[in-house]
Amino acid sequence: MTARELWAGNIAIAEGALAAGVDFYAGYPITPSSEIMEHLARALPKRGGVFFQAEDEIAAIFSLIGASWAGARAMTATSGPGFSLMQEGLGIAIMTETPLVVVDVMRLGPGTGQASRAGQGDLMQARWGRHGDQHLVVLAPATAQDCFDLTVLAVNTAEKLRVPVVILSDELIAHTWEPVKLKEQEERWERPRPRSQEPPFGADHPARIPPMPPLGKGFDVSVTGSTHDAWGVRATSDPKIHRQLVERLGQKILAHRVEFTVYEAHGVEEAEVGIVAFGSAARSALAAQHLLAQQGIRAGVVVLKTLWPLPEEPMEELARRVQALLVPELNLGQLRLDVERLAAGRCPVIGLSKVGGGLPIYPSEIAAKVQEVVR
Amino acid sequence: MSHPLHRYLRSEVLPTPFCPGCGNGLVAGAFLRAVAKAGHADLRNFAFVSGIGCASWIPSPCFRGDTLHVAHGRALPTALGIKLYRPDLQVVVIGGDGDIAGIGGNHLLHAARRNADLLVIMVNNLVYAMTGGQVGPTTPAGLPTTTTPYGNPERPMDTAAVVAAAGANYVARWSVAHLRELERSLAKGLSKRGFRFIEVLSQCPARVGGKLKMEPARFLRWWKEQGTTSAPTTPDQFFLGELADRDEPGFVEALRARKVSA
Repeated sequence: MTARELWAGNIAIAEGALAAGVDFYAGYPITPSSEIMEHLARALPKRGGVFFQAEDEIAAIFSLIGASWAGARAMTATSGPGFSLMQEGLGIAIMTETPLVVVDVMRLGPGTGQASRAGQGDLMQARWGRHGDQHLVVLAPATAQDCFDLTVLAVNTAEKLRVPVVILSDELIAHTWEPVKLKEQEERWERPRPRSQEPPFGADHPARIPPMPPLGKGFDVSVTGSTHDAWGVRATSDPKIHRQLVERLGQKILAHRVEFTVYEAHGVEEAEVGIVAFGSAARSALAAQHLLAQQGIRAGVVVLKTLWPLPEEPMEELARRVQALLVPELNLGQLRLDVERLAAGRCPVIGLSKVGGGLPIYPSEIAAKVQEVVR
Repeated sequence: MSHPLHRYLRSEVLPTPFCPGCGNGLVAGAFLRAVAKAGHADLRNFAFVSGIGCASWIPSPCFRGDTLHVAHGRALPTALGIKLYRPDLQVVVIGGDGDIAGIGGNHLLHAARRNADLLVIMVNNLVYAMTGGQVGPTTPAGLPTTTTPYGNPERPMDTAAVVAAAGANYVARWSVAHLRELERSLAKGLSKRGFRFIEVLSQCPARVGGKLKMEPARFLRWWKEQGTTSAPTTPDQFFLGELADRDEPGFVEALRARKVSA
């Protein structure tokens, strides 16, 4: 039996977290993400989970790191300015292989920007916001259903791969109410646990995730955000240990990418023009596809729900088939750079950027741009 | 026969990385003696968290137990995350003045206000020592450092007094020249609930000693001569002893005490 609920995106994320077994949430209030926090402030204590409002976003993410090592499935949610503060903790979480989930409900920046208005300007920050060579996983919902499903996937991926996962939502998705279908039981992936004294930070194969010993069980685990060997002992000048570590931290994600790669391809087979989008812009792209069909223009749409590492094949495939690729996004052209790279000169790549006031990209705007290109 | 405290140390990482004459070994010794007297055969019931700085290297990697070594200033929120999820563990933060009172100052204030169930040992060596001896929030006014070559124009923070005012259950200050008193305060800190903060004045022969032309032994005499357990009567004196000793419910108990309605 499946149930249906009517939820806004932010509520669907909070419910997704509960369904995924999140039992520790810490955060700091910020528009337009606060509904996630308020929902979990009510729900978590009833289930024996921990809810904690921190003094700032830095404290929030570091309390997640502590709780995660203590055994929690841990999550926080924020928006642009708070996400900037959390970059420090994300870097430490990547280096210490600590599972946790950070939701960034995007608003307009830079600075404090337009606080309650939608934007998609944090794409590059989500990928590269920390100093140093590093990788994590970025997922992006386009609907309330995605908000629920991708939160479950984010928690599972974080746990299984021992990596922080970022969910990039935006204000339009956060506050749009839609039906969400629920399964009776969500799949649960667990972090690897050591059977005996096994190295918690080393693996003989890139796909192997080292086991994560829980605190307080006599493992005497040494965790450090500095470069360390397989046993967590600092090695702050050894060139070989550093290279092996940072390469393995990226390789382990790539080795498992098929498990968290989500995208939709609509009408790609017969397409004469392609549209690539994520988040709220993808909703408009799908509506534009219908408008264009009425005018006899066959548009193929790729909706990206995994934004990092990027699913490259569907965009390469689309670039081979079409006259041109259009990339509508609520920023000044961040995803477009990737699409240009993947199109590799096979077809022109045209950006459609819109920022300010939280206005969505309207389907008619996308359709008009496509018509311009096709003619 | 091995040293009675060796069972608490990772012998494979010894000797410690500390400079000759550093006070960190004295702080570690006082803490581990308090642990031994409290009857812990090992450190299994503890979780140690530290940030960045010389004192952060006392637990990580020297202690044979679970140790988390995180970013500069962020030991306190990391420790609180552990404590809230595993209230059965004795969670201890050890760090320096720059780490805990400087960059981590906001976390310190709010941990004390919440009466977070943590034991925090702040080793105050008066400067940012690991980075070369720059001025810090605890540096005495007038002291020349590498970033105050003409003397420190700022006034130092009395961190222990601030923490006591913010609501911590237990606050004490000693120096590494007062090891018996320090050990007694650490034992008391281990036995109490809520936020427990112990500041330890300690010498940095490498970064401060050189500037002041002071040998480590001269520092110990300075702590003995200028430290007073009664109210200071001159500006050069500083108070040593307990600044707060309360027994109010800690944050963990406060969370549990709430009625959670269905």
